[in-house]
Amino acid sequence: MSTKIRIISYQEAISEALYQSMQNDKNVFVIGLGVADYKGIFGTTTDIYKKFGDKRVIEVPASENALTGICAGAALKGKKPIIVHARNDFMFLTLDQMFNIASKWKYTCAGKSKVPFVIRAVIGKGWGQGPTHSQSIQSIFMHFPGLYVFMPSNAYDAKAAIITSLKQDCPCVIFEHRRLYDAIGDVPNNMYTMDIGKARIVRKGKDLTVIATSIMVKEAIKAAKCLEKKGISIEIIDPRTLVPLDEETIIRSVKKTGRVIIADTGWVRCGVTAEIAAVISEKAIGYMKAPVKRVGLPECPAPVTSAYEDQYYPSYKDIFVQTCKMLGKKIDKDILCTKEVDDFIGPY
Amino acid sequence: MKLTDKKKKDLLYKTLRIRIIEEMIADIYPQREIRTPVHFSIGQEAVSVGVCENLTANDLVFASHRSHGAYIAKGGDIKAMFAELFGKVTGACKGIAGSAHLSCPQKNMYSAPILGSLIPVAVGSAYAAKMDGKKDIAVSFCGDSAIEEGVFAESINFSLLKKIPVLFVCENNFFSSHTPLYLRQPDTEIFKRIKGMGIEAIRIDGNDVLEVYQKLKSIIFKIRKEQKPFFVECLTYRFKEHVGPSLDLDNPYRSEKELKKWLKKCPVKRLSNLLIEKKIIKDIELTQMISKIKKEVTDAISFAKRSPWPKNKEMLNNVY
Repeated sequence: MSTKIRIISYQEAISEALYQSMQNDKNVFVIGLGVADYKGIFGTTTDIYKKFGDKRVIEVPASENALTGICAGAALKGKKPIIVHARNDFMFLTLDQMFNIASKWKYTCAGKSKVPFVIRAVIGKGWGQGPTHSQSIQSIFMHFPGLYVFMPSNAYDAKAAIITSLKQDCPCVIFEHRRLYDAIGDVPNNMYTMDIGKARIVRKGKDLTVIATSIMVKEAIKAAKCLEKKGISIEIIDPRTLVPLDEETIIRSVKKTGRVIIADTGWVRCGVTAEIAAVISEKAIGYMKAPVKRVGLPECPAPVTSAYEDQYYPSYKDIFVQTCKMLGKKIDKDILCTKEVDDFIGPY
Repeated sequence: MKLTDKKKKDLLYKTLRIRIIEEMIADIYPQREIRTPVHFSIGQEAVSVGVCENLTANDLVFASHRSHGAYIAKGGDIKAMFAELFGKVTGACKGIAGSAHLSCPQKNMYSAPILGSLIPVAVGSAYAAKMDGKKDIAVSFCGDSAIEEGVFAESINFSLLKKIPVLFVCENNFFSSHTPLYLRQPDTEIFKRIKGMGIEAIRIDGNDVLEVYQKLKSIIFKIRKEQKPFFVECLTYRFKEHVGPSLDLDNPYRSEKELKKWLKKCPVKRLSNLLIEKKIIKDIELTQMISKIKKEVTDAISFAKRSPWPKNKEMLNNVY
């Protein structure tokens, strides 16, 4: 059967990756609170539940920590569990199992035993979801050796992340972004993988490099279009996996442009942007024409009120403004597109 | 069920073997060649032996930081164990795990020292076996403080809900490090409280090898057949300090009087005295057993000592 490329959404790509993975390997099962309910984790588990039923799409008690250990135990016996957290914030409850057990298992067993499993964790944003339903906790998972961290920014990568994770020997965490679920893109209908630790150059440019993760890639593309009108060309790098991090592609781009903005969905302190900035300062400081600028969440928990929403979440506007500042160009507010219509209607 | 004399001797040998191995570790520990914190199982050997004697090779065992008893009882290699304690590349986990993470993947035995952290892993491994229609079970050994962790309650609920063939063995030695049970839990028996969660639970004398072996035989049969979890509280006592080879009677948390009371219930002495009294074993046989085990351990120590260190360039292996 020849491969066909369709335009489908991020959510459909996830759903398809799960379906094909389960069809391909009877050891794969999907487990988590809500995976078999009528909403099916924003529609991503609805099809697999219909096809494979409750033996392989498994509802569980709200016991995130035990569930993580249970999946490590199942992996020990050859199963390939995929855990789903409808909000990544619930993963704070799993950290003992993640960091004391799962991420160290293969190492402490000197490679004689392994517990590979996959976690899908969804980042939320906006609509007043507030302090504990719209955090971005990926940087914590970058800190501990023994885990791979995926951050798909588009439909193609969302599918690849799942299929690729299932082939690893260590636990893998995939941070999906709820606000990307409707984003459409080219997705092959076959089971394809991605090279882990290989960034994508989303857009080539010469004046400045923007390294962006997850939904910030979408924002960076928007910013690039606005900046183009001012004759500014930015290069956008999407690391795709945070661990391993493709330092080579990042450094190559930074050496070329000499200016860099790093944009992530989390807080900046000790965050993804801090780590990437450190890598750049260690490996490319001599090429820098300006200090690194980081774009992320302001130093407070997510407020609920919609009055603060624009101010709180970083967007293409921040990338636009910071680029202009770094290049010493005038910030023409009129180039920034007219007021955005938030057409997201949930479900949350 | 009546135990044959042969089986009783065998149980004595296996209990004695753990005791002697650990005593010999304690003897050489001050030489500072074993550079890993060791939590001795001395005094608690009957639980490991009585449980593991009822398991198959494919059954899985998960232990805590006090891991040696379970490792030995599940059939872990003694040379590989000593090499592991010495940090040598011939160790069970190439010196990476040491004592508190001592594991033997080939024998389906694992351990980890964060309290309760392997309880859900045990549940998950048994869950996987059940999914595949296999008859393997998993055993989660934990102390009286591990059951205070939230993950224990989560694991009990999950294993009941999904009818998972897992055995929870709580080795109640009355201390969490140096904090006594009465400062940590309400004054009701552990097994009674756990029963309230809906799981079948009993309390047994964890210092009586024959009782542990016989009671666990029927419980494990039931777990395997009926595919459901079970909780056993074993009353026992550690003779040594929390971590390390010494007695710690100079400290205020426990008294010599208390230790003496438990020494009278020493699992090794109880069984050997019984078997000698009933003329099942002669003094000379016991002496022969001891020499045989000592020889085995001496060989293991010398194997560990002459084994090579892991290579520097291999430190980053097996992370991902």
